[in-house]
Amino acid sequence: MTDLIKVGMADMNTTNCPGVLTTLGLGSCVGICLYDTSTKISGMVHIMLPSSAQIKNNSNLAKFADTGIAKLIEDMVRMGAKRSKLVSKIAGGSQMFNFNDASDIMRIGTRNVTATKETLKQLNIPLVAEDTGGNYGRTIELYSETGILLIKTIGYGMKQI
Amino acid sequence: MGISLDDLNSLQIDVMREIGNIGAGNAATALSKMISKRIDMDVPKVNILEFRNVAELVGGPEVEVIGIYFKVTGDIDGSIMFLMEKKSAKMLTNLLMSKIDEGESLDDMDFSALQEVGNILSGSYLSSLSALTGLKLVVSVPSLAMDMAGAILSVPVILFGQVGDKVMLIETDFIEGTNHVKGNFFLIPDEDSFEILLKSLGVV
Repeated sequence: MTDLIKVGMADMNTTNCPGVLTTLGLGSCVGICLYDTSTKISGMVHIMLPSSAQIKNNSNLAKFADTGIAKLIEDMVRMGAKRSKLVSKIAGGSQMFNFNDASDIMRIGTRNVTATKETLKQLNIPLVAEDTGGNYGRTIELYSETGILLIKTIGYGMKQI
Repeated sequence: MGISLDDLNSLQIDVMREIGNIGAGNAATALSKMISKRIDMDVPKVNILEFRNVAELVGGPEVEVIGIYFKVTGDIDGSIMFLMEKKSAKMLTNLLMSKIDEGESLDDMDFSALQEVGNILSGSYLSSLSALTGLKLVVSVPSLAMDMAGAILSVPVILFGQVGDKVMLIETDFIEGTNHVKGNFFLIPDEDSFEILLKSLGVV
């Protein structure tokens, strides 16, 4: 069994094959996994907010979808990943609490997912699979050997994408 | 210009701690009236933590917890969230409904009772805050969720994350006989409201 490399909230990490990257208890945040299909170099970033643009304190790049993905690509390319071979899988973006008036902040999960997809599109990274939305938490594990993303939940089963 | 938790000085932290103290005291009294039993409490701890350390408070990001979330409006806008471990929640509902249920699972009655407790606790905290500051505060109906601690905590962390890299929470222990009910209370003023709050307390 390979050791799991943990990625915390507003945090990122990378690994070579056969490393396994994991982030525990994703809620409204989004876990973005990048995978180089040729070298199997893998990366994961756990973002909390859609964009660094309107936020004053934006020094932590891993906190935002826009800067987080860009920085992760940079780190992976530095490790030897091929930019053109990168694909992505994403999970998370739940709405943990239900309120009738869907104010911006309560829909933060959806906004995080939308911003993530837009950023991936702008950067020309294909999104090959996703498990997003709902109202429950997820623990995710990215296996660099296969590129499979394992998703575990409480009460909503386990799946691979 | 908003104030972030990262910039709070020790006087401001003391004031926040005192609010937690008074609020928890009122909450314990209210809870005690509700179940007609004596409720003691430990002095609440105010913690200001980095995001990555928050989930460790309840035993890690995958531990199953209950969160009860409220929106606050009025002179300041923001949110309140109570978080407790499933074990504590079960103990609390057993106390409330005078039942002895050794099982781990929570049913609809339990959830309903927890929402009611949430109402009382948030009402107590807010009325003491309101009395201290003279600010008018209105609290919404509760929304309850049970899931992994990381997922529940993502909500306050994201709210705090808009202004800084730390969260503030107040740890409270309610004690009835041999039962210890441990709760964590998050008071999250919106970006501009934090300054209003501190100003009204005379510490800016």
